[in-house]
Amino acid sequence: MLAIFKKEMRAYFINPVGYVYVGVFLTVASLICSYTTIQQANYDTSAYFQYLLFVFVILIPLLTMRLFAEERKMRTEQLLLTTPVTITGMVMGKYLAALTLFVSTILASCINFFPLFSYAIAEKAQSTVDSHVGPVGGQMVGCLIGVMLIGAAFIAIGLFVSSLTENQLSAAVITIGVLVGMMLIGIFNNFIAAAPVRAVFSWISILSRYEGFALGLFDFAAVVYYISIVAIFLFLTVRVYEKRRWG
Amino acid sequence: MRAPRARKGTDMSKNEDLIKTPVNDMPEKTQTSMIKVEHLVKHYGANCAVDDVSFEIARGEVVGFLGPNGAGKSTTLNIITGYLSSTSGRVSVDGINVLDAPLAVKQRVGYLPEQPPLYPDMTVEEYLIFVYNLKKCDLNRTKHLEEICEVVKLTDVYHRLIRHLSKGYRQRVGIAQALIGNPPVIIFDEPTVGLDPKQIIEIRNLIRTLGKDHTVVLSTHILQEVQAVCDRIIIINKGRIVADEMTENINRVAGSNSRYSIKICGPQKEVLSLLRARHDVVYADVLPTRDGDAYTYQIEAQKGLDIRKSLFYAMAERSFPIVGFESIGMSLEDIFISVVDKSEGAAPEKGRGKRGKGLPVEQDIAASIIASTAEKQKNIEPYQGDD
Repeated sequence: MLAIFKKEMRAYFINPVGYVYVGVFLTVASLICSYTTIQQANYDTSAYFQYLLFVFVILIPLLTMRLFAEERKMRTEQLLLTTPVTITGMVMGKYLAALTLFVSTILASCINFFPLFSYAIAEKAQSTVDSHVGPVGGQMVGCLIGVMLIGAAFIAIGLFVSSLTENQLSAAVITIGVLVGMMLIGIFNNFIAAAPVRAVFSWISILSRYEGFALGLFDFAAVVYYISIVAIFLFLTVRVYEKRRWG
Repeated sequence: MRAPRARKGTDMSKNEDLIKTPVNDMPEKTQTSMIKVEHLVKHYGANCAVDDVSFEIARGEVVGFLGPNGAGKSTTLNIITGYLSSTSGRVSVDGINVLDAPLAVKQRVGYLPEQPPLYPDMTVEEYLIFVYNLKKCDLNRTKHLEEICEVVKLTDVYHRLIRHLSKGYRQRVGIAQALIGNPPVIIFDEPTVGLDPKQIIEIRNLIRTLGKDHTVVLSTHILQEVQAVCDRIIIINKGRIVADEMTENINRVAGSNSRYSIKICGPQKEVLSLLRARHDVVYADVLPTRDGDAYTYQIEAQKGLDIRKSLFYAMAERSFPIVGFESIGMSLEDIFISVVDKSEGAAPEKGRGKRGKGLPVEQDIAASIIASTAEKQKNIEPYQGDD
C-alpha cells in the first residue's frame, strides 16, 4: 500500500494534474476569500467556505479521475494485482494519496486568513468597544474540519467513479455530475413542500450536516456520517475489482 | 544454488512407431509440484473460456504453453497468477492454494503479461524500484536491480523515461520486472514479440539460463522458441488441453518419419501413378513447382523401410532421372496445426506442399498425442470440491 501511495504522490507532480490542482485551488480560494471578506468589509468567513464547496465539485474530480482510469487503460492494474498487494491496499493507497494532496492544499490556503487576522489586530488596537473583533476562530476551525470531511467524501466518490471506466474524461465528468447532484439536493431541499421528503433529503444531504460545523459546533454524528460515506465508496471500489476478478 | 533438473526417464529405443508415453515417462515429481492445476473451469458469462484444464508442472521445468488465439492460454495464466479467479477447480503454486492465500502465491510468481504493464512517465529505475517495493522484496535493492539490469541488458537506459524507449527495450523492462525478487516461478506471456532477431536469441538464452534455477512457463506462438527452450509442451485449444508431451518426444517423432521430397524428370501423370502404385509408398503427391522438366514429388514411405535404392532403380528402368532427393522432417508447426485441427474434429484437407494439414502421418501423430494426453488426463483425480 505504501508503495502505491508514494507512486501516486509522485505521479501527481510529474503530470500537470497536481500543479494545476494546487495552482487553481489556491488562486481561486484566495479570490473568493478576498471577495467575500475583505471587499465586503466583514470578518465572516462562512460564505467563503460555502463557495469553496463548489470549487471542490469541479476540482476534486480532476484529482481523482486518473487514479484508476489510467491503470485500466494502460493495463497496469494487471501488474498491481499480480504482486502481493491486496485490492484493499491498492484502493487505500490511492485514496490516501489524493486525500493527502487535498488536505495539504487546504491547509496551505489557510494563509488567506492572515490578512483577516492582521486587520483584526489593527482594528482592535484602534477600537474602543470591548466586544470581539475579528474572525471567529472556533467557527473557522469548525468550517475547516467540515470542509475537509466533505472533501474526503467527494474524493471517495471520485475514486469509485474512476474505477468504473477507462476514460479519464468520462470519470471526471461523471464525478462532477454526481457531486453537483449531491449539492443540489442540499440546496433545493428548502424549497420542497412535502415535509417527509424534506426530512429524508436533509438526512442524507451532505450540506445539511455541514451546517453544524459552519456554526462552530462539533457534531460527532456528522463526522460519523462523512466517514461512513468514505467507507461505503471505498468498499464499493474494492467490490468493483473483486467482481472483475471473478467475472 | 542450482538444483539439478530432474532428468526425465524416456526410453527412446522402445518406441518404434508413434508416440506412446506410458505413465512412467512423466517427469519425476518432486515432493510438491510447483504448479498444480486441477479441473480448472472459467466462465465469462455464458462463454466458457477454460473447460476442465488440468496439468502439473514440476520444480525446475521449462514448459511451453501453446494454443491458437482465444484458446484460453492467457486466462489460465491469469488464474495461476491470481489476477482472475476460477469458476471452479483448484490451482496451487508451491503447495499453496491460490484462492486461500493469494498474496503468498503472488509473492512466488513473477509474471510478464502479454502487454507489459509499464508506466510511461517513470524512468526505468523508478519503475523497477516501484515493483521492488510492491513485491516487498528484501534483497539488497541496488545490487539486485543492478544484477537484473545486467542480465536483461538495461544498464544503458536505466535512467531514461519508459515513454522514450523502443519496443525492444520496453519488452526488456517488462522481463526485468518479472525477475525482481527472484521468484521461484516465472511466467512469460509472449516475451519475444516485437524484438529483433538478435534480441530474440538473447532472450531465449536468458530463459534457458533461468530454467536452470526457476520454474518457467512460456506462452508463445513462436514454435521454434518452444522447441529450442522448453522441456515440455502443453497445447490448449478451445479451453481444453489437447496435448501435454515432453518436447524431446515430439522432436523425435517429428524427425523419424520417412518423408521425402524428390525431383523426378518425366511426365507428371506417369511418374505419379508409378509412385502411387508402389507398395512401399504410403502417400505421394506432386507439387506445382517445376525445375526444367522435373517436377517435385512429396512421398511418404512405409515406416522402417528404406525405399531410396529401389525407388532409384525403378525410376531408372523407366528412364525417369531422379535429380533431387531430400528427406524432410516435420515441423512443429505442422504437428501443432494437426493437433489443433484434429482436436476440433476438422476434416483433413488434402494439403499440397510441406505445410499441408492433411498428410496422414501428421494426422496419426496428432491423434496419438491427443490420445496419450487424454490418457494422462484421466489419471488425474477428479476434483473433490471445495474443502
